[in-house]
Amino acid sequence: MSATSQSSPQSYNYDIVKKFTIMALVWGILGMFTGLYIASELAWPVLNFDIPEITFGRLRPVHTTLVIFGFGGSALFATSYYIVQRTCQVRLWGELLPNYTFWGWQIAIAASAISYMFGYTQAREYAEMVWPIDILIAVTWVVYLVIYVQTLRRRSQPHIYVANWFFIAFILATAILHIFNNMAMPVGLFSLSSYSLHAGVQDAMTQWWYGHNAVGFFLTAAFLGMMYYFVPKQAGRPVYSYRLSIIHFWALIFLYMWVGAHHLHWTALPDWTSTLAATFSILLLLPSWGGMINGIMTLSGAWDKLRSDPVVRFLIVALAFYGMSTFEGPLLSLKSVNALSHYTDWTIGHVHSGALGWVAMVTFGSFYHLIPRLWETTFYSTRLINVHFYLAVSGIILYISALWFAGIGQGMMWRAFDDYGNLAYTFIETVEFLHLPYIMRALGGLLFVLGIMTMGYNVFMTIRKSRIEKSEIEAKVAAKLATA
Amino acid sequence: MKHETIETNAGWLIALTLIVISIGGLAEVLPLYFIDSTVEDVKVAGVETVRPYSPLELRGRDLYMREGCYLCHSQMIRPFRDEALRYGHYSLAAESKYDHPFQWGSKRTGPDLARVGKKYSNQWHVQHLTNPRSVVRESIMPNYPWLLTDKLKYKDIAGRLKALKAVGVPYSETKAEYETNVKRFGKETAKFLDINQAENNLVNEALTNNYDGDKSGISEMDALVAYLQVLGTMVDFKKFDDGHFATFR
Repeated sequence: MSATSQSSPQSYNYDIVKKFTIMALVWGILGMFTGLYIASELAWPVLNFDIPEITFGRLRPVHTTLVIFGFGGSALFATSYYIVQRTCQVRLWGELLPNYTFWGWQIAIAASAISYMFGYTQAREYAEMVWPIDILIAVTWVVYLVIYVQTLRRRSQPHIYVANWFFIAFILATAILHIFNNMAMPVGLFSLSSYSLHAGVQDAMTQWWYGHNAVGFFLTAAFLGMMYYFVPKQAGRPVYSYRLSIIHFWALIFLYMWVGAHHLHWTALPDWTSTLAATFSILLLLPSWGGMINGIMTLSGAWDKLRSDPVVRFLIVALAFYGMSTFEGPLLSLKSVNALSHYTDWTIGHVHSGALGWVAMVTFGSFYHLIPRLWETTFYSTRLINVHFYLAVSGIILYISALWFAGIGQGMMWRAFDDYGNLAYTFIETVEFLHLPYIMRALGGLLFVLGIMTMGYNVFMTIRKSRIEKSEIEAKVAAKLATA
Repeated sequence: MKHETIETNAGWLIALTLIVISIGGLAEVLPLYFIDSTVEDVKVAGVETVRPYSPLELRGRDLYMREGCYLCHSQMIRPFRDEALRYGHYSLAAESKYDHPFQWGSKRTGPDLARVGKKYSNQWHVQHLTNPRSVVRESIMPNYPWLLTDKLKYKDIAGRLKALKAVGVPYSETKAEYETNVKRFGKETAKFLDINQAENNLVNEALTNNYDGDKSGISEMDALVAYLQVLGTMVDFKKFDDGHFATFR
């Protein structure tokens, strides 16, 4: 292939990027709506309707799987396939295999959601998929790695751009985490049930080593890769510091793997393990903020874009939430704070300030940049992008404030004593206290769901607009040819 | 080595990344398998009191996982004064050593269940699971009426015990394994750890104890209540010196 054809859009595989982008939005809307529904079940338990398939316990993994792996995962496939082609200036390797990763991933997500509703689960948080789905995911993931590495190897640029380092670390780490955490003995070849290889304390450690690195690599490193491409592109500025990106990359991927045990403070996990995890969690603040600073400062000299460009606004607010939740994380990993926060809604609020504020916002910003380029048109409505922005930000703020209130409040009530040294509150009194914050949280979620639905509509109209424009051009060309 | 070398060479980038991301997990997970004091010794008169689940309890545990109970209920009491008053003695690692997977949980939307066994009557559990708000007015737990109406499936119980045996739970298949269990857990316990008798044992336990109050058959409720009633009952803390368990971890 000649250099010119490599850099023209036609030679890139945009078809696969488009498919993953659309599915990211579909899963995002479904997954966030499920989240809204289960949040409402906590406020009004009558919504469980005595229907097994939609009780809280069965729908909660549907929510987490659809948003983390359906929305987040598809968004990462889409953007990583786009970025690796653009930064290596070469077409994605393979023709059938990228399509295989698409169908493999979509089937895994749909099958997981349906199987949870019917009660098939491994009962491991964020790894609830039954063993045949785990195998499908593992195979799909290895193919993803092969495609990615083969594309990197064919690059026409000597350097591997920083975004790709993060994607490579994310793909490798996710493979290791997924395989080791899901090792299990099936009850039979035709049974969906299995029992995990590890038990008790070792199983807990393995699960949270997985669980926190699903956050660290799936929801952080990979989205930093996304950030490292789309922030400089949209801002029209080079990355702030090349040196900082090197240091924070290696520090981040090294430190993250140590911190999982902070989910197990004060449990039957040995003290040395949880102390080690707390120490590394505090250290992790440095590379996390390194990434945030590198992203935000990329805008230096172009700060006015915060006012004029709604896409930049999404990206920068995402980085601000990233900075906030990576400060809150080390705080919660301190044993004394964790003694209060653990088992409460503070943790759920923290996760959502990361998941909504960082992961979803950086994805929205990147998609608003990406979609017009993929479909070769401009957005249907900039006004709706702004509407989405304000819905999303107010939704997040309402959500996390409600859960700070709920979590800290309930934690204080659990440990309160009266003058005689008896517990001041029964457990159910602390549940009653949650009713109001749970309603506030559901409202926050509602705003966020309305936001992504606005985006869905805007994207739908944009793609339609692109089709109309294309057919108009074709008609003009045809008319010209006819008169000539 | 200059960073330039890594940035221009995919092989180096991948190899170094793999090394860097492997260290943390190796350092924290592996030692837990080799440091003996990680899991406490719980023996009374030479007999281990923490034992694998009976077939019926195991099916109850499967249902506990199916319904996602772990998403709102922890099974891990922390060593704090308020938790001691509310739930009882802090949880030992030994108490979940046969739990594949562990069910410590991460959230208490409902109370901790690590020591719920024997605290309430079977009848209370049946009533509470069928309609929580009929016993605790402010509860936000869903109703689980189908546990009472759905028959328990247990045809694959031997296969389940075999799978657990394959990952290290001492259920017995041979005479020799049975004898070892008699020595470890005592005869009564060893009997229901016998895989060859799994189905009989399950049926007997359900019919004898009749957890759901309905003698006409074995419901899912029988199994789930059997499981809830055994939680936290395997260690009798009165039989140990103060501070015995503090020597571990």
